[in-house]
Amino acid sequence: MNKLWLIIKREYITRVRKWTFIIATILTPLGIGLYFLVSVLIMGYESGNQRIAVLDEGNILDKPLKTTDRAFFKKKNEWSFEEALVNFKEEAFDGVLHIPPIEDLKKIPSITYYSDQSLGIRTQQFINKQLEDRIKNARIAKSGLDKKTLKDLEADISIGLKSPNGEKEKDKTASTMVATGIGIFMGFVMYMTVFIYGMMVMRSVTEEKTTRIVEVMISSVKPFQLMMGKIIGVGAVGLTQITIWGILIPIMAFLVGLFFGPGDPDQFNDFSGSAAMDEEDMEIMMNLVVTELLALNWWYILPLFILFFLGGYFLYASLYAAVGSAMGDDLGEGQSLTIPITIPVIIAFVVMTVVVQNPHSDLAFWSSMFPLFSPIVMPARLAFQPPLWEIGLSLILLLVTAISFVWLSSRIYRVAILLYGKKISVRELGRWIFTSD
Amino acid sequence: MNILDLRNVVKTYEQHVAVNDVSLEMPEGSVFGLLGPNGAGKTSLIRIITTITRADKGVVYFNGEKLNSRHPAEIGYMPEERGLYKKMKVGEHLLYLARLKGLSKRDAQRAIDDWMEKFYIKDWWNKKIEELSKGMQQKIQFIATVVHRPRLLILDEPFSGLDPVNTNLIKDEIAELNSQGTSIIFSTHRMEQVEEVCERIVLINKGENVLEGSVADVKQQFKENQFQINFSGELPGMLEEQFQIIRSENSTIVIQLESGDDSNQLLRHLIQSGVHIDAFHEILPTLNQIFIKKVGGNSDE
Repeated sequence: MNKLWLIIKREYITRVRKWTFIIATILTPLGIGLYFLVSVLIMGYESGNQRIAVLDEGNILDKPLKTTDRAFFKKKNEWSFEEALVNFKEEAFDGVLHIPPIEDLKKIPSITYYSDQSLGIRTQQFINKQLEDRIKNARIAKSGLDKKTLKDLEADISIGLKSPNGEKEKDKTASTMVATGIGIFMGFVMYMTVFIYGMMVMRSVTEEKTTRIVEVMISSVKPFQLMMGKIIGVGAVGLTQITIWGILIPIMAFLVGLFFGPGDPDQFNDFSGSAAMDEEDMEIMMNLVVTELLALNWWYILPLFILFFLGGYFLYASLYAAVGSAMGDDLGEGQSLTIPITIPVIIAFVVMTVVVQNPHSDLAFWSSMFPLFSPIVMPARLAFQPPLWEIGLSLILLLVTAISFVWLSSRIYRVAILLYGKKISVRELGRWIFTSD
Repeated sequence: MNILDLRNVVKTYEQHVAVNDVSLEMPEGSVFGLLGPNGAGKTSLIRIITTITRADKGVVYFNGEKLNSRHPAEIGYMPEERGLYKKMKVGEHLLYLARLKGLSKRDAQRAIDDWMEKFYIKDWWNKKIEELSKGMQQKIQFIATVVHRPRLLILDEPFSGLDPVNTNLIKDEIAELNSQGTSIIFSTHRMEQVEEVCERIVLINKGENVLEGSVADVKQQFKENQFQINFSGELPGMLEEQFQIIRSENSTIVIQLESGDDSNQLLRHLIQSGVHIDAFHEILPTLNQIFIKKVGGNSDE
């Protein structure tokens, strides 16, 4: 036990102290923050203040377009269309926005911006938003319909949810959205960590073998201790990294939000790509999301996430360790051995993305029972509150499988780690499981 | 008391018998040569002794006790293929290996300090292994092997890759350890080293123990009754009619006696004939010759 602890400690400390680890751990959240920051900035980038001449031939605009710090609008109805195209530059306009009169109600008037430079996306969306309503109003007026009648006819539907026993449930759209987001995020984190840390275990085992330190090591400790020490040590590194990220990423998100947040909600509008959404709606939505995020039972989700992480990690890391021990100096040849392990991880990820859309389907059930998939699929379902017995059964199946995989892998490991210069076939790997020491 | 006692040890890999019914005894405090061509099963045998693998059949006694999981702490093993964690610092690495052998942190620290002082490498503590030359790494490996004061030391080709100065340094340390009671198994192809250091040898070929005994006994066993005489003056005529002459040069002659013949008789004959004898000694086979004779063309190589 003491030796195992020494090995875990070494595996952990040598990795955590490495500058590559420190940089990856700190820079990843910074990088994510930077990514958001830059993408917000790029989207918001305009080539400066634009002066736009507005040619409103049909006098559709009841009041002038709102001028912002990006675009300055000036109605220039004194010009004819031809004149406008010639004159705008002389009066230091950047372009002409042409709004033709409404002639045919069946056609949406084609609004055109004439200029040498294109409009920025944000300015374009800004104009769109302002024009849409006004054109609609103009067309309603022209059609002779009463605006109020029309408003009364509008069918803004929201589906009311009731559980079968008649109790009214609260609105679930936002919570579904949040759960899906959280689900995909958790599944993705699981997928990445299984890959990254599994591979780390594999490389490290191969390295010990090729540098021959392993012979010295196992004259002091049992191969099983060496393998477990490594798996646990690397797993602890993984948990450390996830924990640090778990703390830093929300902080980064908060800081980025603070930077752009409430002062200019339309930044968020553009960022989320739902430009059509009203600013008010957006705010309501954000509030809802935050409320839903806080309403999730994190004290229940997080420990389960950790348990599934441990199960999935031990299951896959032990397989990677076995493959690493079978690899020789020729790394290329060993890579092919990793394929059978990599494929289920990838399938599990794909299944997970489907399952979050439909978290109570048969696929969701069976894939979260199958131990090779469950560590990625089940955490993705946690936010949808699947029945407890499903979680329990999935966890038990996973842990039992993980333990037996650790055992199987250690059987392969202890033989393969001492074998040099020999190509190892999958059949041999299988046979070693059953041979004695 | 025997530090090691192997009885009918068998180890089979797949279809290949690596160790076939080997028995041997190694007295405590002796220096023991484990010889054999490549692929003879030396490494397999060592791995059984170091508990890295287990014998399929047979028993191994360590210091009178059946080999068990406490014994690795009393064994120091330096494999032929050396290996250290390249990224680790020298001091940490030694500390790690020593503690895995069961030393407390304090004892390990003290022992490592002593050894580093002895090898004049105190200032290496914070160097990374990968910054050291191969010979330097070898020294570290040696320290790692002996730091826990093992009762049994197993050295596989301990001098390969070392310059003569360091070879002597390590050789002296081995002798020193032996004089303090450490038993040593020495596995090598270099027969002149074996003759120099070992008291007893065992020769393994194709997994079998083909020869075992003290170096002197083995040599006696393989001697061919050849005598070399350095002389001055004239050799008696007709000598070749009485004795078989193997080689004859200006003042040196090598004579083969029949197995029953008495060497005194030869000497008497020569002296009586008036030749002046400068030196007279029996030619004992070198271990190298014995090795080749015993293994011959049967080696796997």
